[in-house]
Amino acid sequence: MTRRLMEGSEAMAEAAIAAGCRFFAGYPMTPFTELLENFAAKLPTAGGTCINAESELEAVGMAWGACATGARAATGSTGQGLSLMQESLSEITRAELPLVVFNMARGQSDYYQATRGGGHGDYRHLVLAPIDVNEAIHHVQLAFHLADHWRNPVLIYGDYLLGHTAEAVDVVREGFDPLPEKDWAVDGSRGGGGDPRNLNPIGMVPGIKGIDPDSFWKRLQAKHDAMEAAEKRFDQEHLEDAELLVVAFGSMARFARHVVRELRAEGVRVGYFRPITLWPFPSEALAQAAAGVRKVAVLEQNAGQMIDDVRLSVLGAAPVAPIGGISSDSAGFGVGPLLDIETIRGRVENALDGSGARA
Amino acid sequence: MSDIIRTDRPPEAAARKTGEFMPTLQLSTDHDLCPGCGEPLALRTVLESIVDLGMSQQCVGVIGIGCYTALTSIMDVDLIQALHGRAPSVATGSKRMRPETLIFTLQGDGDMANEGLQEVIHTAARGESVTCILLNNGVFGETGGHMTATTVIGQRTKNSLDGRDAAYHGHPIDMIGLLAPLGGTAYAARGSVHDAAGVAKTRRMVRRAFEAQLRGDGFSIVEILTMCPTGWFIPTEEGPDYLDTVMGEIHVTGEWKRDGQLLQQAADPPEAD
Ligand SMILES: Cc1ncc(C[n+]2csc(CCOP(=O)(O)OP(=O)(O)O)c2C)c(N)n1
Ligand code: SF4
Ligand SMILES: [Mg+2]
Repeated sequence: MTRRLMEGSEAMAEAAIAAGCRFFAGYPMTPFTELLENFAAKLPTAGGTCINAESELEAVGMAWGACATGARAATGSTGQGLSLMQESLSEITRAELPLVVFNMARGQSDYYQATRGGGHGDYRHLVLAPIDVNEAIHHVQLAFHLADHWRNPVLIYGDYLLGHTAEAVDVVREGFDPLPEKDWAVDGSRGGGGDPRNLNPIGMVPGIKGIDPDSFWKRLQAKHDAMEAAEKRFDQEHLEDAELLVVAFGSMARFARHVVRELRAEGVRVGYFRPITLWPFPSEALAQAAAGVRKVAVLEQNAGQMIDDVRLSVLGAAPVAPIGGISSDSAGFGVGPLLDIETIRGRVENALDGSGARA
Repeated sequence: MSDIIRTDRPPEAAARKTGEFMPTLQLSTDHDLCPGCGEPLALRTVLESIVDLGMSQQCVGVIGIGCYTALTSIMDVDLIQALHGRAPSVATGSKRMRPETLIFTLQGDGDMANEGLQEVIHTAARGESVTCILLNNGVFGETGGHMTATTVIGQRTKNSLDGRDAAYHGHPIDMIGLLAPLGGTAYAARGSVHDAAGVAKTRRMVRRAFEAQLRGDGFSIVEILTMCPTGWFIPTEEGPDYLDTVMGEIHVTGEWKRDGQLLQQAADPPEAD
């Protein structure tokens, strides 16, 4: 072990490079900036390129062109910057290109953007929400693998805490199942032979006039259905005889898990469930986890977004109550007073009242 | 002498069809662009230049959105379809990962001068080793003939029915005049396909732009003025004249920058290459 104290931003850039990422483009914005700085510092020595793009619109375009050649490439921003990128992200998905995208968000209010997408058309991104730096190192490498496997963008949902918390970690290159050759990638080699490649999002085929979005997009939908069935990930604990189930993702889940463990140690019958993939949402697993409980409490740092998916999973089997909320600092970086063990414990305890969870 | 068409007796063979002149990198002559459109001609100059340089199997085209998008069905070149205005950034990412390839964008005036103006300016200023091809017809042809940022004063379009009025609609952008002075620009020229001489000169420009890219000199751009009789609301046969007299006045043809040096006056590309 060569564990080193590293901030999440540095660890994620190292993990990306370990996974073979050779291209990054981004535009500074807190709390994403340090991730960009780390790529800028580390990629050139790894034989890669990091472009300080003149805008997020251009950053995503550059990453698009890079991954279209078969290189492992990534871009990212904070939610606002990702809003600018949505037109491209939608097209990249429908051109079936394997891009990795980081949202170092200001809190958790980009859940809808991450899982529903702010762009046009029918498209889906796999979304991984690491709970800490250690898991982020794994998720970043997994993201590149899944992006190539499905030929689909994968989004990492991080935040200020993840990017700026230093933890003792070791970035080890992980092995994954072998992937097929990228024979779809453009390198010019199929020119002049009557059968060139055309990476496009609307079903254009060389040699054939017009477009065929209908069958093209139906095939894409079938792929997204397969992704949904195959890639649901979650974590859970203390479910046995739980009367209250606390659901949280990403950084908030770290607080939720701590509080649940504390209460369990005191004999309170409370359980914990964390979606690791925000899309696909682990609905069946959550429904099962919630099967015996009297109440489900959703802790998220926003006005209530993931709670929609929780309700769609639980389907009325138990009441679903929000215990999070908007919570920001005066700079707007999403580091609000809710990020506090005592506060969260208080909210879980409030939710416990009347749930019958106390021994 | 054999090139001269004799008129004192009937021709020995039937007239040759355009198909026989099809560039190697074109899959067919069957496309859906309007009769009299200049864009298929402009595409020829690009495809022929790729072949001239022996880069057919090392070339990637990044395509914008406009009428020319439909031409991708007949191009025998590896392609990435970009968004409206975004091709220069996509080309940048591809070139950085595959520096050995010849990379060009194909964009219209609506695409490059309207939707994506900052993209091309930044790409040029960065001195990115890519070639942007701008097909300028002064309108959004694809949407039915609307005013763009290059529409000349007085030009009638669907949203300037009495002609572009500087006081009301503002002034057109001279794209080559804008991009040529930038430090990263190695080569900048404006050609036109309204007559045979124009096509020949344009082809030389495209080739010289590609050569600049392959030498790693920096950014290169060729703007090609193309006829759009449909979007100009004129009879097809009047397209070339209209282009020459109305558009050509503001969008001056010639090489503006070669080998990184701005020319005092736009000049024809040298014939012997
Ligand atoms: C973001 C966006 N806005 C608008 C459009 C609609 N649109 C399609 S083609 C086009 C204009 C194309 O003009 P130009 O690039 O000059 O090409 P031309 O058709 O003249 O060859 C527009 C506005 C689009 N595709 N995307
Ligand atoms: S509308 Fe204009 S640019 Fe489009 S195909 Fe017709 S002539 Fe060409
Ligand atoms: Mg146009």
